[in-house]
Amino acid sequence: MRLRRPGRKDLARVALVVGMLLLLAACGRTDIADFPQDALSPDGPVARAQDALWQQVFPIAVAVFVLVQALIIITMVKFRRRPDQTEPPRQYAGNTRLEIAWTLVPALILVWVAVPTVQTIFELAEEAPEDERLDVVVVGKQFWWQFEYPDAGVLTANELVIPTGTPVRVELDGIGRYEIDGNEFREENLVLHSFWVPRLAGKLDYVPNHERFLTIEADEPGTYRGQCAEFCGLSHANMRFYVTALEPAEYEEWLAQQQEDAREPQTAQEQLGYDLVGANCVACHAVRGHENNGNSRVGPDLTHFASREEFAGAIFRTEDTEQLKRWIENSQREKPGSQMLPFPNLTDEELDALAAYLQSLE
Amino acid sequence: MTAIDDKRQHDEQKVRFGRPMATTGWKSWLTTVDHKKIGIMYFVTSLAFLVIGGLEAIAIRVQLAGPEGAFLTADQYNQIFTMHGLTMIFLGVMPMSAAFFNYLLPLQIGARDVAFPRLNGFSYWVFLFAGLFLVSSFLLGGAPDGAWTGYAPLSSEVGTDPAGLNYVSDPHTSRMLFYSLGLQIAGVASLASAVNFIVTIFNMRAPGMTFMRMPLFTWMTLITSFLLLFALPIIGVALWQLMFDVGYGANFFRMEAGGDPILWQHLFWLFGHPEVYILILPAFGIISEILPVFSRKPLFGYTAVVFSGIAIGFMGWGVWAHHMFAAGLGPVANTAFGLSTMFIAVPTGIKIFNWVGTMWGGQLTFTTPMLFSIGLVSMFTIGGLSGVTHALVPHNAQQHDTYYVVAHFHYVLFGGALFGLFAGVYYWFPLITGRFLGEGLGKVHFGLMLLGLNLTFGPQHILGLNGMPRRIYTYPAGFGWDLWNLVSTVGAFTIALAILVFIINLVKSAKGGTPSGADPWDARTIEWTIPGPPPAHNYDVIPTITARDELWHRKYAGGDEHGAPKRVPAGASPDHDPHAAGTSTGDDAALAADPDVKTHGGGHAIHMPDPSYWPLVLSFGLPIAGYGVIFDSAVVIGVGLLVTFAGAFGWALEPGTEPTSDHA
Repeated sequence: MRLRRPGRKDLARVALVVGMLLLLAACGRTDIADFPQDALSPDGPVARAQDALWQQVFPIAVAVFVLVQALIIITMVKFRRRPDQTEPPRQYAGNTRLEIAWTLVPALILVWVAVPTVQTIFELAEEAPEDERLDVVVVGKQFWWQFEYPDAGVLTANELVIPTGTPVRVELDGIGRYEIDGNEFREENLVLHSFWVPRLAGKLDYVPNHERFLTIEADEPGTYRGQCAEFCGLSHANMRFYVTALEPAEYEEWLAQQQEDAREPQTAQEQLGYDLVGANCVACHAVRGHENNGNSRVGPDLTHFASREEFAGAIFRTEDTEQLKRWIENSQREKPGSQMLPFPNLTDEELDALAAYLQSLE
Repeated sequence: MTAIDDKRQHDEQKVRFGRPMATTGWKSWLTTVDHKKIGIMYFVTSLAFLVIGGLEAIAIRVQLAGPEGAFLTADQYNQIFTMHGLTMIFLGVMPMSAAFFNYLLPLQIGARDVAFPRLNGFSYWVFLFAGLFLVSSFLLGGAPDGAWTGYAPLSSEVGTDPAGLNYVSDPHTSRMLFYSLGLQIAGVASLASAVNFIVTIFNMRAPGMTFMRMPLFTWMTLITSFLLLFALPIIGVALWQLMFDVGYGANFFRMEAGGDPILWQHLFWLFGHPEVYILILPAFGIISEILPVFSRKPLFGYTAVVFSGIAIGFMGWGVWAHHMFAAGLGPVANTAFGLSTMFIAVPTGIKIFNWVGTMWGGQLTFTTPMLFSIGLVSMFTIGGLSGVTHALVPHNAQQHDTYYVVAHFHYVLFGGALFGLFAGVYYWFPLITGRFLGEGLGKVHFGLMLLGLNLTFGPQHILGLNGMPRRIYTYPAGFGWDLWNLVSTVGAFTIALAILVFIINLVKSAKGGTPSGADPWDARTIEWTIPGPPPAHNYDVIPTITARDELWHRKYAGGDEHGAPKRVPAGASPDHDPHAAGTSTGDDAALAADPDVKTHGGGHAIHMPDPSYWPLVLSFGLPIAGYGVIFDSAVVIGVGLLVTFAGAFGWALEPGTEPTSDHA
């Protein structure tokens, strides 16, 4: 038996099947290791509620898509002009019943979609009672995130640690007022950002001059990647962060540890780093327990710098000593638009000492 | 004309500039007020800007082809993606629509020109200068880099790099002034056109052309013009405020002084969403002309298509805050705008079904314009469906500002607006040049374009849902974005190849294309009664309209419920009221009776507006004043305004027509 040469129709069929499979593969749940920022794989109740709407409407959209495309293709095949058709066809100019049908049917489908949409909007606007939730305050800076735990008096940067199974009320504080030793300050030069951890919740803008709230919650311990989603300047792409979800007990341990002052220098090199931090860094960075600490909030709080796995808008590994040294020497070279001044006069020995001290601040 | 009149005109001639008289050569193009020449200039210019915008797109896709791209720096990337948006929207698609308005509108309604021919010339020159002004920013300290949306306060007082440590000098001010002034100037052009087209459509339709007999393209032009008329002042206000915030220390968006960044967003999107319909409705109009011709059937549900267009025009004003779902306006506002956004899908759906209904039962020929039109119906449906998913407000929080949105609006604007415009180019090219665009190359163009569109933007849906935000100049490996970004880049090059084929086809066919003769497509609307290219005065005799699809009814009889239509000898169709031809009034009827007109092919006794220098002069003042603002020079601003005022005076005092012209 001779094999039939594949015709155009076969190719089209294969393409269709492959396309559908790719689409399904792309739209299914993904592994967090491969797709750490996937919005289609919710890992908490808020993201799940949002995803539920998508799961409900996406099949309808696919059905309408297939219907319309099939209609177009059938029309193209069925009504292609034949050579013997010299006279034009009947000049149908419309059909009122059809018009009404294809006005009403889509409208009814949309009503059916609108009901759960509106329900979910209002459900998600509700906040958990104060005693069942954790409150954190977020300030978006160019180009990093400041996370504050107001009840515990803890500040971190680019890493938000939360307990599992607990709603976390995230306040996006665009007003930016804070106090240091009784003096009131206000964040300057704020711009729009958007706080987004796709696996835990959809995004909400950080808006200067306004306070916004959203809830995130993680089911399981793990690391969930997030990123600024509103264009905010030169290093918008480098304004990342991550949420670390811990079992509630571990979270309490973490919080207690963060409340402690910075670790004392243990070696001569660390002592040199300590002194250099006192001379160069504390004008912008807080290091609680450091003799020169001024609790400045211009740059990230460094008290427990080494407890965080990543720095500089979560784009570099804290353990990468060479990277840390390059960063201190000239951060703009490493991250365009970084607002930290360069320190070209530091010697290699001093950079080593600074890195050693900072990496000791667990 | 009396001797006194003659003398007065002679005296006037001595004290004023005369009107330019050239009708051929380069000078005729600089001074022309002929809507057809202006239309061609709009087309060529917008095509050039589309190519520039396309090159910017290629640069973006090369940078994002893989993780840690190093083709562009962050600063270059931000300028280029901003300019890509501005170029494509304001200098590419909008003026290419304007090219069609200009060229076709008077022909479709049986007029000899637009209502205000000099204003029409002015619109073109202002658009050209606005485009050159914006693009010149690349050479003068950098292009705008705050995204096409220009969100304050990043665009106003803060800037992308407030410490300015990455630049030799701080170009933030000049970059955002280029944005503000460039768009303000471009807005003047569109506003003038909008007024011109509205007046033209209201006042200059041929006898018998009632509103419900107007071709669909004319209808969509009218709706688009109204949208422009109301939308542009809003962005004008916002840009003006931004200019004062950036350049002169005002406080509209500065929160420390009581301003508010949300104000900008409302103003921008109250313009920005109608703008989406400004971009798409002309394409809808174009394919509503083409689908019936190549189906040999009238448009299915003309009334429904017209009124759904009007409905889109109205509802388009009530959906703007769906661009702001992530801004946290609260559940009530989000519900309202979510619902309005869902239901604007209804009139759009009506159009889609009516287009399919037009083809159903027809005799379809798959010429290139037809393929692009069907391509629009098919591809726009994808964009429309993803648009409905945007209205799922809670899930919008996942989609907003990701590549899912980028994919959505490219299916709408590339698969929609551009496909429609290309369909129009292939369809009307024989009318404009008297020659066909090459069908072979045309089909290659279409095939590559369809493939390229889906390769480039299809995967971006998945990228967005997999968490890739837009407007990022780089991304690390390990997020699962590598494969689809690479596919998307391959797609972008496919589109570039398609555009290359199109340009080769244009150049080859303009001079060497197959001559088309009159009415080569067996069309339905009256512009095809003129053999291409049309003479300067368009119609020897202003046609009298007795039916929708006038030309079809002059050629065929019957075709209603009584049976298939039959071709009839010219002028003998019983569908075409034989008495109507005699009802045209005044000069036109006299002209029709004038044997001289008939023997000489006509036009000698028809008065057409004379060319004028002043539109060029008047518009030239605007970019000069703009540069004055950017370089903070009161003298240059003064010179620019002086040129503008001088142009306005020259315009006003110019003689209505040259005594030496062949005006009888």
